Amino acid sequence: MGCSASDRYRVILQLRRKNKVSEKTEILGRTVGSEILTWLYRIVLSVIVPVVFFIVMRAGFIWLRRGNADQVLIAAVAIVWGIGGFALLYVIANSIVELLPDAWKSRLLPFVFVGPALAILGWYLVMPVIRSFISSFQGASAEEFIGLDNYIYVFTDRVMLQAFRNNVLWLVLGTGVTVAFGLLIAVLADRTHGAFETVVKSLIFLPMAISFIGAGVIWKFMYAFRPAGTSQIGVLNAIKVALGGEPVGWLTMSPTNTLLMIVVLIWMQTGFAMVVLSAALKGVPEELLEAGRIDGASEVQIFFRIMIPYIQGSIVTVSTSILLLTLKIFDIVWAMTGGQFGTNVIGTVFWRQMFTYRHNGRASAIAMVLLILVIPVMWYNLQQLEQEAF
Amino acid sequence: VYGVLIIICIIWSIPTIGTLITSFRPADDAKTSGWWTVVNDPDFTFNAYKQVLAGREATIVTETGEEQTVSGAGMGQAFLNSLTVTVPAVAIPLLVAATAAYAFAWMDFPARRIFFTVVIALLVVPLQIALVPIFRDYRALNLNGTWLAIWLAHTGFGLPLSIYLLYNYISTIPRDILESAFIDGASQFTMFTRLILPLSVPALASLTIFQFVWVWNDFLVALTFLGTNKDVAVLTQYLQGLIGERGSDWHLLTAGAFITMLLPLVVFFSLQRFFVRGMMAGSVKG
Repeated sequence: MGCSASDRYRVILQLRRKNKVSEKTEILGRTVGSEILTWLYRIVLSVIVPVVFFIVMRAGFIWLRRGNADQVLIAAVAIVWGIGGFALLYVIANSIVELLPDAWKSRLLPFVFVGPALAILGWYLVMPVIRSFISSFQGASAEEFIGLDNYIYVFTDRVMLQAFRNNVLWLVLGTGVTVAFGLLIAVLADRTHGAFETVVKSLIFLPMAISFIGAGVIWKFMYAFRPAGTSQIGVLNAIKVALGGEPVGWLTMSPTNTLLMIVVLIWMQTGFAMVVLSAALKGVPEELLEAGRIDGASEVQIFFRIMIPYIQGSIVTVSTSILLLTLKIFDIVWAMTGGQFGTNVIGTVFWRQMFTYRHNGRASAIAMVLLILVIPVMWYNLQQLEQEAF
Repeated sequence: VYGVLIIICIIWSIPTIGTLITSFRPADDAKTSGWWTVVNDPDFTFNAYKQVLAGREATIVTETGEEQTVSGAGMGQAFLNSLTVTVPAVAIPLLVAATAAYAFAWMDFPARRIFFTVVIALLVVPLQIALVPIFRDYRALNLNGTWLAIWLAHTGFGLPLSIYLLYNYISTIPRDILESAFIDGASQFTMFTRLILPLSVPALASLTIFQFVWVWNDFLVALTFLGTNKDVAVLTQYLQGLIGERGSDWHLLTAGAFITMLLPLVVFFSLQRFFVRGMMAGSVKG
């Protein structure tokens, strides 16, 4: 998308020039008062679609809850009503604004389009950041300010420290091994052709379609344990017994259990890494590889000196998205051990503070730590945006 | 190379195959012998699926031929709930995001740049940050445990990515097309519905698949806003409940797991190319 960015800006300017309406508004000149009024209308317009939707839907659901209608019917009505309602409100808001004089129309129309999105983002993401920041300095039920106590808890509590340690394992091993495996399989698969390549790639990619909870069940079964002497039903213990060992309760042994759960993540995410890196490898120019070979480089050297530097960008992208995923990891641990046996991660402690102990302050402090940890990625994304000269 | 890849593929498939086989085995077999022993002792039944899908109770015929009444796990209901949650939780954010992306790409309004910067910044915000405040809002509005609650939550959390991706796509539509429509006197709304939406189908398709897989497989958002109310709980919640209640009934757990996987796998196999593209597109989500 890089090169088209400045074009795009020019296009907007041109469109505006074509749009005589806008020109008129510029000529009109505005006082501070009318400017404020305009913004007021814009905000009302932005909020009105979501709010009306919300009120109507809420009333509808309370009404539906009273009746004992058939489940399938309720579901169908709810779906049609939910989607149709939202679309209808856009149409109504648009046709009202279309009726206004041109000057007002051009001031308000963009907010018919962009307003609902901004309002929803404001409620669901922007405000929560501020509110979580505030309540991270408050007590359990967010009534009084208690200073930095929640942060002291976050960085000194035994369970939190355990969670941090495990999360580092998730981040480093989860991401590292996934990317390494993905790269390895991508390189190998690129040397094969046709149907074989396709089948290999889809088999590796398939776990991406499974939920973390589903994968948790699948792997809990892989690690299942039955007492020594009985026949094992878990693959891992069966292999161990066949090799002459004693069966073990894998998921109860720390820190092995965390490593075994990281395996689940690797199993699920390798396909993703593979597809991205494979696409990147296909973009390495053949001449570059040829030149290397002529200069007498071995295949290994070509791999590390030419291919890896060439696809560096893709490696960074893949690593970043898996890092973000492992930072917030929750479902796998919740399904497999529930955070017991020394397997807590930030996500599970957050959940316990939020719902088991109902400690809003601590939960918010943990969420703030997660937010602070992703700020470098956020900053990088914004840098990219700057460069594209939006 | 071929040998190594075949070995890797076999290792990768073992967990799924084991699950699939176990879900079709009789209860006692699944509990006492490894699924790989089916080679010597093939004995399959749909009982686990019947029991898991049934509501309160199910009648199954055991291998000895006697009828048995067992308590169901209600996953049929859960499947329906998941559908009810997923369809609007995919459609609404796409609708809201498409209109916003159009405005960002082709309309001129004050503070446009600032708003877009905010959207990009929100891309990677961990949704944990929103759970506590939104949960409190919902409690005040008496909204926890309703479908509306979870639709809007998924809409909010899915918007930044959807806007970003659709903006990237919509802003590359050639301006000649838009200009000629504009000169013909088409209103912005007509341009959006008649021109932009049809032209954006490829991007919308990728995004639909990504958002579908995300919402369908989501556990955290559902657990927070739907709670433990079995009338509305989705598949992942039922499966999690099953782990707690029937932890050693492997035939039921594996059948349950397979029911949760069913729809994404159908999509995966039938629309593989779009599926991969969709998952790639979504990889920037935080």
